[in-house]
Amino acid sequence: MLELRKDIFADERDDNLKEIGKGTQRQDMLGHVTGTSTYFDDHKLQGMLHLKVLRSPHAHARLRRIDTMEAERSPGVRRIIRGADVPRNLNTLLSLINFGKDDEPSLAVDKVRYKGEPIVAIVADSPREAFEAMAKVRVDYEPLPAVFDVEEAIKPGAPVVNEVYPKNTFIYHDVYDHQKLRFGDVERGFAEADHVLEQRYQMSPIEHAPTETNGSIAAPDTNGRYVVYTSTQALFFSLDTCAKILDVPSNTFHFIGGTVGGGFGGKVDTLTEPLAILGAMLTGRPVRYQLGREEEMQFGSPRGAERIYIKDGVMRDGRIVARKIRAYFDSGAYTRLSSYAVVKCVAHLPGPYTIPNVHGDVYCVFTNRTPATAMRGFGVTAMDFALECQMDKLAHLVGIDPMEFRILNAYRDGDMKAHRREAKNTALIECVQVAAEKAKWPLREEMKRMSSRKDGGGSRAAIPATPLEAVAQRAAVSQQRTTYDRAQPATIQQPPPLTPTPPPPRPPAPSPSHGATRFSSVFGTRRR
Amino acid sequence: MAKHRGRGIASINYPIGMNLGGDPSQALVHSNPSGKFTVSMSSIDLGQGMKSVTRQICAETLGVPVEDVYVDTADSDTGPHCMGSFASRGTHRVGNAVMAAAREARGVMMEAAAEELEVNAADLETDGRGNIHVKGAPHRSISTKDVAIAAQFKQGKTISGRGIFLVPLSEVNPETGEMSPATCYAHACLVAEVEVDDETGEVAMVRMDSAYELGRALNPRLVEQQLVGGAWMGISHALFETPEPYYPNPAHGPRDFVEYLMPGPGDICPHDIAVLERPAADGPFGAKGPGEMCANPVLPAVANAIFNAVGVRMDELPITPEKVLRAIKAQGGARPQARR
Repeated sequence: MLELRKDIFADERDDNLKEIGKGTQRQDMLGHVTGTSTYFDDHKLQGMLHLKVLRSPHAHARLRRIDTMEAERSPGVRRIIRGADVPRNLNTLLSLINFGKDDEPSLAVDKVRYKGEPIVAIVADSPREAFEAMAKVRVDYEPLPAVFDVEEAIKPGAPVVNEVYPKNTFIYHDVYDHQKLRFGDVERGFAEADHVLEQRYQMSPIEHAPTETNGSIAAPDTNGRYVVYTSTQALFFSLDTCAKILDVPSNTFHFIGGTVGGGFGGKVDTLTEPLAILGAMLTGRPVRYQLGREEEMQFGSPRGAERIYIKDGVMRDGRIVARKIRAYFDSGAYTRLSSYAVVKCVAHLPGPYTIPNVHGDVYCVFTNRTPATAMRGFGVTAMDFALECQMDKLAHLVGIDPMEFRILNAYRDGDMKAHRREAKNTALIECVQVAAEKAKWPLREEMKRMSSRKDGGGSRAAIPATPLEAVAQRAAVSQQRTTYDRAQPATIQQPPPLTPTPPPPRPPAPSPSHGATRFSSVFGTRRR
Repeated sequence: MAKHRGRGIASINYPIGMNLGGDPSQALVHSNPSGKFTVSMSSIDLGQGMKSVTRQICAETLGVPVEDVYVDTADSDTGPHCMGSFASRGTHRVGNAVMAAAREARGVMMEAAAEELEVNAADLETDGRGNIHVKGAPHRSISTKDVAIAAQFKQGKTISGRGIFLVPLSEVNPETGEMSPATCYAHACLVAEVEVDDETGEVAMVRMDSAYELGRALNPRLVEQQLVGGAWMGISHALFETPEPYYPNPAHGPRDFVEYLMPGPGDICPHDIAVLERPAADGPFGAKGPGEMCANPVLPAVANAIFNAVGVRMDELPITPEKVLRAIKAQGGARPQARR
């Protein structure tokens, strides 16, 4: 049941509106309840082929040889796609906004870095024929030592997961293996505190578990264009990612999304569109690529796990005077979006509380597991779990009611936040008060009189003296820029012909290559 | 052996939107000659209700009934650029873009009406029911349909508008983490009551009470749907789900919904929600966004309630019966804390 508390903050609102604030029925309700809303997979096209990928059974292995000779002769097979067929077989999602290095191939070339990594794609007349051909692909693996624990991964001598980041951490500002937050002097805070409490928290990965698994259908359109029906959560993000990977102008594609059967962050990664389109380009036929349920659960990116250490200094009267946090985000084998979650997490510290000394170090770590990605509350959910369990422990430690402990430490209008911006428009205290009222949780009168709009600012608005470590030399100017445009490739490749072409004969033992000539080696080369 | 009840709380805030690339979204609004409006966007409605919320924002801003607005989404040929549906940005970012586009279209509509009524546009107002009239003189009125016909066939005006919302990228300081990560924050506090069986380690949800501050509930029924569904996801995350039950060991991964456990109808509980509205200065009609945050307070509130019930701290998720039982055993039995 939902109750609107119009009495609170009423003086800050104009409630005299006509359409806003009404529980108007959804525009698309009729379609949803009568089962007529269209999903991407409702676009069954004539002559449509089906794409399936062969996935690595190893968490970490060198690919010695990939033999598709027998698979190519398998009934119903139209085309087998390998890494060398992908025009630009190395990408990172946030390269569209110049954040991070290209680190993930569409199809693995010389190495697999997680169990389930795609190696070759098979386009066939039916899903069954694609699976039958897949069983005939011979891959010679050389298993390599794998690392699964974030703190093991950053130890010297740990197996290198992803050669683009040889220390198994994302690199911030070209120099640091983590993002820092420094506000005040935590060590002095701990020295002054009546109690110091240090704890470890461990989140688990979870699945987005959408009813509709990730997928797309790509089809040749008239005039050299391709229409793409997709389950994406981010239409232009996916479109521009495909334009980059397939090295064609973005207006080659007409992307059509629509009703999405559950996203929660798991449909940003553009897992299926590039190969579906490439399949359509290479065969001249519509191509459908949708993950099965087991693929979605095991190899569709999950919410990554985080390990968090919190050390707090608290006074007997309940004031938290210092909070130090070290956290590790498990990104899996590739960056996807975890690099940004770290930044978002750092900005979230120390939670919605005013604490005079805050210190944060947050790492994005690579391990040999399925790449993690965004999920509802990305970068924040795990930290909130740790922070709020810690708040409960601190309240218990100093013998203060946990509700009152929150009100006592809550940030208020005019306070300085640890990321050095003034707190405005705050409402934590009021939420605690109303939740207490609803739950019939007794609060003392003085706690009921507290307000987010009172007693903030003043000395709480100051940026405290902050001792800083030696500043590392930055190799280049900022990696985080606003430019959405990428540099144009030196040579524009012609889009592949639209007419179906038989698969060209393959060299008996293809040398490992990412296809695009501008990548002289698999790793290390980064286009700016 | 007994069942013990306990209550736990958590309070949180949540940043709206993201600090990457300026986080832009665009929208276009135009009228057909019958005075019916179309909003064109590439933004995706994931079922959260983006189409409905932007439709209400557009109608309110234009001053027309919601039935006169249709939102067309998810087409890269007709809809202008949007970053995507994530980071709780839909209502705030896309809503602002639609509002800006609707404001521009309203300007043209009012000019066209002024020409027909032979008055100054500044003297006109909309009644929200499909008419435009002179302020203080409702009889000097024209319907939006007649305005649209006049604009198209007589005056040669396009009743249309363009909107974009952009927050300039804030550089992140490498040494201090100084940045402007978000423009506004939503807030919440949640109380969870659980019952822990000290013989089986099972945790049953008894009830939840919560307060969410969201700037403005543009559509309270959609807000309720988000908060109720999000809390379910929180229960699931706290007590049930994981594809790696012995993380960091990757073994024992589930392959389907038989092996991947989630709460069923018998595992949920009553949830009493209050919504507070402290409008954000830069939100559309003050709105922030309830999308992501609603699962967040549930996780720690459940863990804290378990401590209150049996005295064990569960610092690793998910809180499975196995973990609860091992923890109770390690401390030599349940130690219920003071009842709250």
